[in-house]
Amino acid sequence: MSTAKGPALNPSTGRFRKRHIGLIVYFVFLLLPIYWLIAMSVRPNQEILSGFDLFPRTITFANYVTIFTDPSWYTGYLNSIQYVALNTLISLSVALPAAYAFSRYRFLGDKHMFFWLLTNRMAPPAVFLLPFFQLYSTFGLIDTHIAVALAHCLFNVPLAVWILEGFMSGVPREIDETAYIDGYSFPRFFLTIFLPLIRAGIGVTAFFCFMFSWVELLLARTLTSVDAKPIAATMTRTVSAAGMDWGLLAAAGVLTIVPGALVIWFVRNYIAKGFALGRV
Amino acid sequence: METLAADLEWMAWTGPTAAFFAGIALILAAMTAWQTVSPTIERRGFLPMPTTRGDRLFIGLLGSAYIHLAVIGFTDLNLWIAFGVSLVWMAVVMKFG
Amino acid sequence: MDKRPYDNKAWLLVLPVFLIVAISAIIPLMTVVNYSVQDVLGPFQRVFVGTEWFEQVLNDDRLHGAFLRQLIFSGCVLLIQIPLGIAVALTMPVKGWQSSLCLVLVALPLLIPWNVVGTIWQLYARPDIGLAGVAVNSLGIPYNYTSSAFDAWLTVLIMDVWHWTPLVILLCYAGLRSIPEAFYQAAKIDGASAWAVFRYIQLPKMRRVLTIAILLRFMDSFMIYTEPFVLTGGGPGNATTFLSQFLAQIAVGQFDLGPAAAFSLIYFLVILLLSWIFYTYITHTDREDAR
Repeated sequence: MSTAKGPALNPSTGRFRKRHIGLIVYFVFLLLPIYWLIAMSVRPNQEILSGFDLFPRTITFANYVTIFTDPSWYTGYLNSIQYVALNTLISLSVALPAAYAFSRYRFLGDKHMFFWLLTNRMAPPAVFLLPFFQLYSTFGLIDTHIAVALAHCLFNVPLAVWILEGFMSGVPREIDETAYIDGYSFPRFFLTIFLPLIRAGIGVTAFFCFMFSWVELLLARTLTSVDAKPIAATMTRTVSAAGMDWGLLAAAGVLTIVPGALVIWFVRNYIAKGFALGRV
Repeated sequence: METLAADLEWMAWTGPTAAFFAGIALILAAMTAWQTVSPTIERRGFLPMPTTRGDRLFIGLLGSAYIHLAVIGFTDLNLWIAFGVSLVWMAVVMKFG
Repeated sequence: MDKRPYDNKAWLLVLPVFLIVAISAIIPLMTVVNYSVQDVLGPFQRVFVGTEWFEQVLNDDRLHGAFLRQLIFSGCVLLIQIPLGIAVALTMPVKGWQSSLCLVLVALPLLIPWNVVGTIWQLYARPDIGLAGVAVNSLGIPYNYTSSAFDAWLTVLIMDVWHWTPLVILLCYAGLRSIPEAFYQAAKIDGASAWAVFRYIQLPKMRRVLTIAILLRFMDSFMIYTEPFVLTGGGPGNATTFLSQFLAQIAVGQFDLGPAAAFSLIYFLVILLLSWIFYTYITHTDREDAR
């Protein structure tokens, strides 16, 4: 994508300024809610409830301090990170060989298998809620990180296979053939030649697995109660139990955006490809 | 909720559902065997796109599921009638789809 | 024609994925089927009831209501987000730091956990402390998403537009970037109008990404759960109770295993049909493009 050059996408530059007003309006619509979240997070609660102000009068980081010092808050983040990392690891390691198979070979039922994976990405997690609960109860896995990590494989493994297949299909098949002629075994070729070739794709896939597991709430909340409770559940439960501590809630929200916002710059040119399941 | 779900029997099998899944498994096994003996050729029937044998099986099964739902939900007909209609539908799709 | 070699040993590479997805998809789905034909009275007490739950669920007015709301919602989502996404993608800068900055800013809402999206809009739209809520009310328009069904519905829709239009923008933008500069120059020489450029160059090139955008937006709006759960809890009344919300209510809220399972299966069949239509369409057009 870095190769694009030349003027604006649409060469009719006469309406340049008018069109940019539209773009600015959209960005205001886009960023105001996020600004409001950040503004709320640095206000004391009394100020939030006492009156309406566009800008915070007093800026305080007390809400953030609370989150970083109160175990019931920060363990939520640690739990989320644990199961998300676990899920990303599982998804990537099983999806890499499978995506290679889909991009390089035809085999019995390949199209149906590929479609079946897609249906799992599309299926509403609510459908799997009860059986998951029952399945993991049977194995005594409720309220563990691995349970949530495995449950999220439902949509993340298909996602990873589809994205990686998209990247792998961009690598010419001649490279494989040359390597095999040169006497490389499949594992050696795959690990030392092929994987380095698609490392951008692996990074992007890892990012998307991380993200979709990070943003999911329904399964994560249902499969955990105390020990593996994710930050998302901490936030919803705090709301219902302890009244409305808006400032704290906003600060917790800001902190959940940080991981994604930190990485997004590095994958900015691949975001579309990742969201489109590698089909762009 | 926790205690109730934890005490449920593993997967809660019943005779009819077991038979249903066994049937599906048998069909899949048969289709695999058929595919190995004589590989399918993609062709164009009355369906709007070219299909292989497996595609037609999927369309047939999905259509049968909808036929059953329609009969259960919106009529008082016997379920065997739905089953019969589904068999005819499967045969038509497999042969002419 | 497809030149890939035919080799069933490739199954060995797919096996890990097959096993892990089988555990997390097939076994639960079988369990759902088993539940759907039984009345689970308690531990080790179940009665086979045949198709009773299906009958009950298919004739449930609440389900019809939720289904109708879901269809209208998903329809509105597509009607707003697709044109808006195309329009924004057409106006985004294409080079330099501005383009990178725009991409990153646009993608930001997509990376926010879904419950936090709900929280953000809760904070933003509340009539007492929210920026939008206060602003709208001070314009003289009474607005309160917690008490008015219409306001709640509208808020969920706007929230979804805010949350997911970026996906459409990113996809369309990627599609537009793949158009060679020569196309535009040729159009300029021919004196083509901006509309003609859009209609005959940009739109055809975006067809593929638009198909995927419609697929993803339709499917994901069809299973929307977390954002309305946090924002409105499905209320006021049933105004924002969509399908997943309804299912979670019967399944987790009332623990009615049988009806929940029957409903899950119907829901899943609808998804299966829609996914299959889209998948067939995408692979079909891919093959025609390759020709």
